[in-house]
Amino acid sequence: MFAFIIRRITQAILVMLVISFVGFTIKNKIGDPVRDLVGERVTPAEREALRDTLGLNDPFVIQYMRFVKNAAKGDLGLSFFHKRPALAVILSKAPATMELVFGAALILVFVSMPVGVYCAIRPRSWLSRFTMAFSTLGVSIPVFLTAIVLIYIFSVELNWLPSYGRGQTVNIGGWWETGLLTRDGLIHLILPSFSLASIMMPLFIRLIRSEMMEVLETEYIKFAWAKGLRRGRIWLVHAFKNTLLPVITVFGVQIGIMFAFTILTETVFQWQGMGFMFLEAVERSDTSLLVAYLVVVGVIFVVVNTVVDIIYGLVNPTIRIAGRT
Amino acid sequence: MKQMWRRFQSSYLLYSFKRDRIAMVSLAVLVVLLLVGIAAPLISPYDPYDPGNIDIMNSEIPPAWMEEGDGAFLLGTDIQGRDLLSTMIHGLRLSIIIGCGAVVLQAFLGIVIGLLSGYLGGKTDAILMRIADIQLSFPYLMVAIFISAIFQVAFGIGRYEELAVPLLVVIIGLAEWPVYARTVRASVMGEKNKEYVEAARVIGLSRTIIMVRHILPNALTAVMVISTIQVANAVMSEAALSFLGLGMPVTRPSLGSLIRSGFEYIFSGSWWITMFPGVLLVLFVLVINLLGDWLRDVLNPKLYKG
Repeated sequence: MFAFIIRRITQAILVMLVISFVGFTIKNKIGDPVRDLVGERVTPAEREALRDTLGLNDPFVIQYMRFVKNAAKGDLGLSFFHKRPALAVILSKAPATMELVFGAALILVFVSMPVGVYCAIRPRSWLSRFTMAFSTLGVSIPVFLTAIVLIYIFSVELNWLPSYGRGQTVNIGGWWETGLLTRDGLIHLILPSFSLASIMMPLFIRLIRSEMMEVLETEYIKFAWAKGLRRGRIWLVHAFKNTLLPVITVFGVQIGIMFAFTILTETVFQWQGMGFMFLEAVERSDTSLLVAYLVVVGVIFVVVNTVVDIIYGLVNPTIRIAGRT
Repeated sequence: MKQMWRRFQSSYLLYSFKRDRIAMVSLAVLVVLLLVGIAAPLISPYDPYDPGNIDIMNSEIPPAWMEEGDGAFLLGTDIQGRDLLSTMIHGLRLSIIIGCGAVVLQAFLGIVIGLLSGYLGGKTDAILMRIADIQLSFPYLMVAIFISAIFQVAFGIGRYEELAVPLLVVIIGLAEWPVYARTVRASVMGEKNKEYVEAARVIGLSRTIIMVRHILPNALTAVMVISTIQVANAVMSEAALSFLGLGMPVTRPSLGSLIRSGFEYIFSGSWWITMFPGVLLVLFVLVINLLGDWLRDVLNPKLYKG
């Protein structure tokens, strides 16, 4: 087991090196740190002198080593537009994205579980059939279109919910701007998190339904019926509990994918999170910020994947062995 | 030729197709959409790329059946005064070109890498599959967004927009090849120890010929199954990128960039600029997905589960 963990962590570090190399190459070939520092109005001679003092004329490998060393310390360079360390800019935007993903995950759980269970218990009812047909359609609707339709219905036509921004936020602990504590903030969260949740909804309803139906066929459920237990108890305690394990596994993986879709959702709702910031950075050719975002997202994914793999390894020994080819 | 036709007529594929109404309708809709896309310059009422046809006075006219509608513009006009129907037809054409182009590219990359990796094994396999693993641990949309962001910064927005079609093909192709590589590798691993491969090796055929002529045909079923779903994915990716402003420019809009350009105007009530292209996009992706589901069930029930 120890060897497995070590191997998995080495692999994670390797991946991070690859990502940092890609990031550094972009920064080195496309970005211009001198412009980032002093802007356009400096003579070429001064520019060259500055390049020398900053070490930009050093060989590529030495510069890369320096980049990795700084990155390990949390220094990912200055954002050209914000005039602040890129990492600080990203961290200040992170709470918005986290809250969006959190809201979407909550909706996902509280909608897909009851619906999935219902579709498994009553597979022939018209409501289940409708849900299943709708879920095929749901996979084919891009998330930004869902978001736009929601805005059109609830903001433009009915005028019930706000269509952009985070609303009123409260500062906790000095750096976490939360919209979860004010009524205004919560209202602003509804539409964005619904549209984000809508991407995963069909998949989850189908997954829960098929897992649950499989469990309902097993011997111990038949035995529970034979014992004359109440229906609710059989469905919820005996059957549902045992469908949860595979569902939780998939949920862990899908949260990562949801993170990618926040870029789209944040664009539609002008949600001031990391994805929105990233697109602004692209529009402004803010290379440092772009690379910093790449590295931060890389770290998040690599850490999550590694932790999930290690937990799998603990739970399921076959994975540890299969990996050792 | 005649013999092949007869074989097709008595095949299980056609038999199950005839019994599945959803598959038949989907195919019919898909064929119509493809024809419309291919014949776009002939069918569309106006040429949306010709500035002579565009009159800013015509902007934001609602569809013809609404009160302020104009009979000349069946689905209304967009914000620049272009006929929405024509622009949508040309947008569909772009989406088809980019989607199919990207799938051809990723299939090519994936098949070559999958064949090499599966047949040669050893170090080559380890390195290539590690790369695929790394890329697969990120959502493909994220990868596509990153690559396009890098391209856009590297080329500058002007150049990027000029080259948008080939660039998008490359971006989406690069973002999704691991799916093919994995699938092809898996089938190659299953095939390469069978007797016919050994026989070919004994006659002294070269590796390339064994891989391409003997193993590849047996891996093609799996490739076909994922290809349909991948076309739908590629079209969705293209739409997402265009919606983010990293894809087709507004001057030559695909369906995604049309939705983007219309989005700001739904607040003033001009819903048609966004909704019609949106419905067309959903319809196109939906029929491909339905066909893909059907094909998967018929050809290989075990593949792609979950």
